[in-house]
Amino acid sequence: MSQTIATPPTVRLDSDVIGKPISRPEGAAKVSGAAKYAAEYNVPNLWYGYIVDSPIAKGKILKIDVDAVLALPGVKQVFTHENVPSFAWFDRSYKDDVAPGGSPFRPLHEPEIMFSQQPVALVVAETFELARYAASILRIDYEVDENFNTDLEKARAAGKGFDAPKGKTGFLPPPKPKGDAEGAFKAAPHQVTGEYTHHAQHHNPMEMFATTVEWLGDGKKMNIYDKTQGAPNVQQYLRKIFSLSKEEARVVSKFTGGAFGAGLRPQHQVFMAVMAALELEHSVRVSMTRQQMFSMGHRPHTIQDIKLASDEQGYLQSLQHTAFAETSQFEDETETVVNWSGILYKCDNSKFGYELAKIDVDTPADMRAPGAATGSFAIECAVDELSYKAGVDPLEFRLLNYTYSDPTENKPFSSKRLIDCYHEGAKRFGWEQRNPEPRSMREGNMLVGWGMGTGCWDASMQKAAAKASLSADGKLTVHSATNDQGAGTYVIMTQIAAQTLGLPLDQVTFVLGDTNLPEAPLQGGSWTAASVGSAVQATCQEVGKKLLKLAQKMDNSPLDGVAFEDVQFADGHMRANEDITKSVAITEVLATSGEAAVEAESSAQPNPINMLKYSMHSHNAAFVEVKVDEDLGTIHVTRVVNAVAAGRILNPKTARSQVLGGTVWGISMALMEEAYLDNNLGRYMNHNYAEYHVPVNADIHKIDVIFVEEEDDHVNPLGVKGVGEIGMLGVAAAIANAVYHATGKRVRDLPLTIDKLL
Amino acid sequence: MNSFTLTQAAAVDEAVSDFAGHTGAAYLGGGTNLIDLMKENVSRPTHLTSLNHLSALGQIEDLPGGGLRLGALATNADTAWNPEVEVRYPLLSQTILAGATPQLRNMATNGGNLLQRTRCYYFYDLATPCNKREPGTGCSAINGMNRVCGVLGTSESCIATQPSDMCVALAALEAVVRVQGPNGERTIKFEDFHRLPGDQPELDNTLAPGELITAIDLPAQGYAKNFTYLKLRDRASYAFALVSVAVGLEMDGNTIKTARFALGGVAHKPWRDQAAEKMLEGQTASPDLFRQVAAKVFESAIGYGPNSFKIELGKRAIVRALKQATEMDQALDSNAFLNTNP
Ligand SMILES: Cc1cc2nc3c(=O)[nH]c(=O)nc-3n(C[C@H](O)[C@H](O)[C@H](O)COP(=O)(O)OP(=O)(O)OC[C@H]3O[C@@H](n4cnc5c(N)ncnc54)[C@H](O)[C@@H]3O)c2cc1C
Ligand code: SF4
Repeated sequence: MSQTIATPPTVRLDSDVIGKPISRPEGAAKVSGAAKYAAEYNVPNLWYGYIVDSPIAKGKILKIDVDAVLALPGVKQVFTHENVPSFAWFDRSYKDDVAPGGSPFRPLHEPEIMFSQQPVALVVAETFELARYAASILRIDYEVDENFNTDLEKARAAGKGFDAPKGKTGFLPPPKPKGDAEGAFKAAPHQVTGEYTHHAQHHNPMEMFATTVEWLGDGKKMNIYDKTQGAPNVQQYLRKIFSLSKEEARVVSKFTGGAFGAGLRPQHQVFMAVMAALELEHSVRVSMTRQQMFSMGHRPHTIQDIKLASDEQGYLQSLQHTAFAETSQFEDETETVVNWSGILYKCDNSKFGYELAKIDVDTPADMRAPGAATGSFAIECAVDELSYKAGVDPLEFRLLNYTYSDPTENKPFSSKRLIDCYHEGAKRFGWEQRNPEPRSMREGNMLVGWGMGTGCWDASMQKAAAKASLSADGKLTVHSATNDQGAGTYVIMTQIAAQTLGLPLDQVTFVLGDTNLPEAPLQGGSWTAASVGSAVQATCQEVGKKLLKLAQKMDNSPLDGVAFEDVQFADGHMRANEDITKSVAITEVLATSGEAAVEAESSAQPNPINMLKYSMHSHNAAFVEVKVDEDLGTIHVTRVVNAVAAGRILNPKTARSQVLGGTVWGISMALMEEAYLDNNLGRYMNHNYAEYHVPVNADIHKIDVIFVEEEDDHVNPLGVKGVGEIGMLGVAAAIANAVYHATGKRVRDLPLTIDKLL
Repeated sequence: MNSFTLTQAAAVDEAVSDFAGHTGAAYLGGGTNLIDLMKENVSRPTHLTSLNHLSALGQIEDLPGGGLRLGALATNADTAWNPEVEVRYPLLSQTILAGATPQLRNMATNGGNLLQRTRCYYFYDLATPCNKREPGTGCSAINGMNRVCGVLGTSESCIATQPSDMCVALAALEAVVRVQGPNGERTIKFEDFHRLPGDQPELDNTLAPGELITAIDLPAQGYAKNFTYLKLRDRASYAFALVSVAVGLEMDGNTIKTARFALGGVAHKPWRDQAAEKMLEGQTASPDLFRQVAAKVFESAIGYGPNSFKIELGKRAIVRALKQATEMDQALDSNAFLNTNP
């Protein structure tokens, strides 16, 4: 991570740029503070909104006394359910692209309180400080309803579970059962039954949610600078609620300081900022405080039951995996939790289940590797436990039960080199030197443990569009409304465009994050590289075709009669494949044609036939060393090797960063993250950065990333699978397994804090 | 946060009278705790008497008789890295450096550190009942998320802990707090400085209204040969102690001549048990002895569910800390290898 990120490195003109560790073109702007985030657009005459949230978990607002607040000089308005107009008739107007089933939350719509920290008012004032102070003296009387429950265990004991309904895009219901799972379990010589849990976890990206609305004074036209993972989703949400045209509600999101799923759905600050701007006909900014970041989406508390059995040799005989997760009273948030077990392992007798229960909290949300992080923790711990029972090395056990086709869909994988992740990861880690006996390795007071875990994630693709313009001076600009939450979209799209048209990187600019640009999906699901990348490639190919036509119009064109398929673009030239001396400079083509620019717009979408034929997934294998203080229970993750097979790696530098970040997230999930819910008050209590723990630098030691590249023609034209989520999978389980190896103690409830090891 | 006025006091007398002259005044040190509390509306002073120009209180100087005086306005960082402190009171230095982050320690003052408020979640959250913040409203922590709360010296009205690391060392070192108030100067023994919650949990300490801390005096004995600070927490840095132990010993071979130790993270004040210290004195260091001492310290402990683990953890921490201090073998320190690991 010591490479410079300020200037894009010079690239030899004739070399491929895809697959090279190219630095981010926006890096210098980011580290120098020039990159503007949503709350940093200092538009003239800005007013500031401060959100007031509910102290109670359930009940009703009886009375709001706004007089004292409105009397403060500089306070512009207090918005509450009493004076916010009903914008849309139907609650479905509040549904965004990735809303789950149910009825979405409508901010400031009703006096009913459905969760603690629910936003109940917005105070708008001339300064942020005044708005915040005014909010602190706003008196709201509530009728408290004591009859609430935020305890998932209690809901489960009371039989409140129901089968998770379909409704959310991308949600896969549990796979169909196979064989006789229960019978095979009973008959098998080695069995594991375990309950695995983790609690609510909040995303906490560095940048807090914020929206700056610039009121343009031309009808209802606004520039809406929003922190989001997808400007188009925000725009369609706002348009439906407020009946706005595309021109009126332009949403811009050039930089996103992390989001990890929290920014998939439009958050309530954007509703509030736009509502206030429309009502006051004025520019308004609303930003959340860190504490308020706990008032929205979280990874749901989930309880998983696993029953796993093998024969004497370690071949799986029965695989049963069910999950029980929380959702809010008003929506049915679903994740794909249990399916991964079925995809990873071959087993003739299997059974899966996934239930939800409604508790009085805000709707959970996708968080990095949603569902898979949950499911892989449970199955990978259970597999480890069973390997011990069967007396087989945990790695060997996974190899015995390896599958080359997807058992849940009975389809081959488009590619799968997990086996090489196992071998290369194990070799780098030194796994063969492992003494399988728990508590067999130590250094002084520290017990040393080695554990491993596996993960798998969808290699998906969504429809996306892009447009490109190549100007006479040879500069290419490519546009798409996609997003870059820090993953590296800017750089990989620049690489794809440069590669497709054979242009030097510094001649290519990629523009994103604006609803005036061609539509692109949300940045999530690790699909941006595949979706937007394919659109960028297709669009640049269109530019190439037009260039070829222009070239062929030139007098004595060297490319006369050559088909597009037989032309290569490199060094700023077009050349015939069969005879590269038949070549013409792109700038020359443009100059001769007299055109000011060549433009094209195109899109890409998944190939439905390939999707029917193949199961498409990325995989990883994580190997972990922990040191655990024998008496005190402190755990240190001293070494991780994370081997990832995710198709073609477009940029090993940014891809590695994704896997490093994912690994750290896995460590965080394993050892630290839990939003402590007080069930008496129905409120998360450690709602700040000091007490909601994520790792600090001192917690992170050696992390080694290996990419096992896969050639995959089926997954998408670029052969990429995405690396945003896969890196965190298997890590939490590997840590729990390593802790068992170190201490002989199985802890199945995350996070693995000191108290659980005493 | 409400509006407030601010005075930069130029002398201690001036600060004391400025404070007395304003209702709703608070002294401002580094502000790392007070400003946070103001942003959360837990504290709503209408006037701040800033001590940041009192350069006289920023000194660290020798005392006649071999002690050391730490000015109340010296920063935690300057104190921890002060060569006299490092050599003569390494326990204090280590303890300060185990707290917070470099940025915070650069701002935090010694006086402010003593007066930082509890980290009980409820105390910070106006939406919840809390006797310490609003006397008479009840204690949410007792039946709630009390993982960070105390197990010793608690009361029915409050089970919060004093969160400072530095104070744990000061308790073991038997420091003396010098204060000046409307009625002049006085000194307070460290063990009498913080108080137990009893039925007045709103009071953290025994300072009278308007009293200003001017310095902390360390006695000559710094236990520089046999000492340790063991801090157990949820991550390697930037986290408050779940349990911590500061130990200073005077050894004669394997025999403990003098023993001082205090615990953090378990009570409303740094917890010292003089009877337990006595059990060590004149004895040969041994794991058995340490276990007996640890058991004695936690004899009267009460767990409240989520924090009950602190009783067992506290005992183990005492045993380990005493072992570390007697053997002075850094390899024993469960965090020591972190500094050497790549
Ligand atoms: C995120 C975070 C993590 C932290 N982690 C730790 C940790 O791990 N361990 C730890 O020990 N501490 C930790 N701290 C606390 C930190 O040590 C204290 O905030 C700091 O020591 C307070 O000093 P200050 O000068 O900033 O006090 P201020 O915030 O200025 O004041 C605190 C209180 O003392 C009063 N006051 C200040 N000076 C005087 C004086 N001379 N006389 C009378 N009254 C005075 C103020 O009126 C106020 O009530 C952490 C703090 C934060 C914000
Ligand atoms: S323990 Fe003390 S500080 Fe915490 S809620 Fe109870 S009274 Fe308040």
